[in-house]
Amino acid sequence: MDFELPPPTQEYRRQIKRIIAETVTPADIDLQHETGTFNCPALNRALAEHGMIERAVPGLGVGDPIELWMLFNELEKAAAPIDGLGVAVMIAGVVNHVGTEAQKQQILPSILSGEALVCMGLSEPDHGSDLASVTTRAVRDGDGWVINGAKMWTTMAHEARWLVLLTRTDIDAPKHRGLTMFMLPMETPGITVEPVFTMGTERTNATFYADVRVGDEWVLGEVNGGWQVLGVALAFERGVMGGTNPGVPLLRRFGAWAREAGIIDDPIARERMARVAIDNEVAALLTQRTASIAAKGGLPGLEGSMTKVFASEAYVKAAHWFQELAGPDGLLQLHEPGAAAEGWIEADARHAPVTTIQGGTSEINRNNIAERHLGLPRSGRE
Amino acid sequence: MSVDPELSDDQTAIRDLFVGFFAREAPASVARASEPLGFDPTLWAQVREIGAPGMGVPTVFGGGGATLGDLAVVTEALGRSIAPVPLVEHLVAARLLATPDVVSGDAVATLALRPATDDGTWRLVPAGAVADVVVGLDGDELVVVRAAPPGSGPRNHASAPLADRSARVGVRDVIGTRAEFVRARDEWKLLLAATLAGLADAALDLGVEYVKSRQQFGVPIGSFQAVQHGLADLPALIDGARLLAHKAAWAGERAEPGRCDVDDNDVTDFSTLASMALLFATDTAGRATDRSLHFHGGYGFSAEYDIQLYYRRARGWPLVFDDPGRECLHLADRLWGPSTRAGDVHASGSR
Repeated sequence: MDFELPPPTQEYRRQIKRIIAETVTPADIDLQHETGTFNCPALNRALAEHGMIERAVPGLGVGDPIELWMLFNELEKAAAPIDGLGVAVMIAGVVNHVGTEAQKQQILPSILSGEALVCMGLSEPDHGSDLASVTTRAVRDGDGWVINGAKMWTTMAHEARWLVLLTRTDIDAPKHRGLTMFMLPMETPGITVEPVFTMGTERTNATFYADVRVGDEWVLGEVNGGWQVLGVALAFERGVMGGTNPGVPLLRRFGAWAREAGIIDDPIARERMARVAIDNEVAALLTQRTASIAAKGGLPGLEGSMTKVFASEAYVKAAHWFQELAGPDGLLQLHEPGAAAEGWIEADARHAPVTTIQGGTSEINRNNIAERHLGLPRSGRE
Repeated sequence: MSVDPELSDDQTAIRDLFVGFFAREAPASVARASEPLGFDPTLWAQVREIGAPGMGVPTVFGGGGATLGDLAVVTEALGRSIAPVPLVEHLVAARLLATPDVVSGDAVATLALRPATDDGTWRLVPAGAVADVVVGLDGDELVVVRAAPPGSGPRNHASAPLADRSARVGVRDVIGTRAEFVRARDEWKLLLAATLAGLADAALDLGVEYVKSRQQFGVPIGSFQAVQHGLADLPALIDGARLLAHKAAWAGERAEPGRCDVDDNDVTDFSTLASMALLFATDTAGRATDRSLHFHGGYGFSAEYDIQLYYRRARGWPLVFDDPGRECLHLADRLWGPSTRAGDVHASGSR
């Protein structure tokens, strides 16, 4: 095994750090926490200008494959926003993997330039973990389709140019085989967006589709092949593009505060900080492994599931430990006088539980690992 | 070239060789039969025949010239079979000594993990019951003592061949300083970490096999999510333990000094990584054997089932060194500087 970064990759890493330092200001980060919208257009544009988004898209073959992991790892360590960029890069990878030439030409440049974000219409009010049961309908109408339904957790819908939409196109087929994925401009008539605010700071959305009329050219992948397209997306997403090292800025912020507050000398604090440092290292290695598989053209769905469960649960544990260690100061919110680590400990304690749910719950990922990796019999569900 | 978290072709060949060797020559029945001492001389003779004892010694001294990463592959295979031979300790001691009898394995060598007491005793040395040669710290000197082993030791949780040994009585030579001792102990930490990753992986396999075949309520208990999810947490831990041990091994082969920046998640310092690897693998082996034993129900703690052999070793092998919580405090000293709290018994330099 080799854990050394070759010089060009080290230079790439330094460049990312420099771009983050130059474009993401503390005021930007504060604004994101006020609005709940974790996106920084100046950062996206600066990364694109240096060709870094293009280099990170999985399967595009432009950069050293490990650069995908590195980009999101650096953004996350710096506590820079990744929600918008992560989905955009992932969907660029999906479009490249399953899209038509026309779709690639129309969609990819807008993402690679850092101008366009993408949102995902997957879950619905009544269908979350059981995603294959979604009921948003796309019905044939002449040469095109008419779409009706509602989606939940359409994060970034209020900022995105593109929408990836999972619809039911065959109500008679088994549930996994009657789904079709569309990739639509958000400006398509009939789409509306309502904000949904969350405990974990992020603003997400509910989105509604009323007689949305689109042509065949907006089908992503095969008609009734939506589940396969989703598999590609999740394999890229889980365990690679952020969400696996939030413990790093948490430990950094807690450590700095603990030093000021004198808590750094408490053996209980020291033991827990050491354990969090180990978990951070393991989360990074698991992510690196997942990224390395994706980089070689594989779809590391299982490895991604493992990484996602480990990293998100470790983050919950760390946030909980640090909030407790901070005592009442750990209750105070951003920029309140006396708040532990300026309130970041409290913010992480609210945000951490979200990460064990979004992008696939720990339980769905454990089902995946139990059945596909350990070969255990499918548990009682259709 | 890029970061590559997979085994090299050479290491894959070493893995296949040693996993095959231990599976063939040391199924769990061998570990069971070796209790309570925890040493099988016949298996050690076979380990000698395939050239394992001197693998990590440079070729100029007649050894195999293997890297720490290669050795981690070997000890992971040993861990899978909980093979009752002190290869981890011997590999580390052999790199310090490089004498022909140790390279060949004719003499069993070991490392005393904790410094000698004031009266010159190394307490509960791993493989102390069977080792002909013990290397360890006496004061600030790294010494080697050759003396006839006692051949038996106190019965213990892991059925490990532990025994007290003298740092003064026997043929004694000073071979180095505290720095060389610390280096050797770091190598032991990483090789034991790899061993525990293998142990955990085999414990998971035992659990999976059991829950697939055990029927209750008319179905395999492995079809219940409560059981599935308990096991599904383990592969990430095991893979993480293996990756971290290999990162430590890689760091141990580097010529340039490592970095130790947790604020940037950039740790390449060998000692730090060896400590992290041991702590994480200890936790992993503890959890894997705990879950697997638990899902065996009553059979899990019955003596005739193998999982209890793994369970006891998962706890006993690392505890020969120290309490993981205390090791965390030493790790914290490395990462954030020593604690300044007055009278802190854990303050750095206490061992």
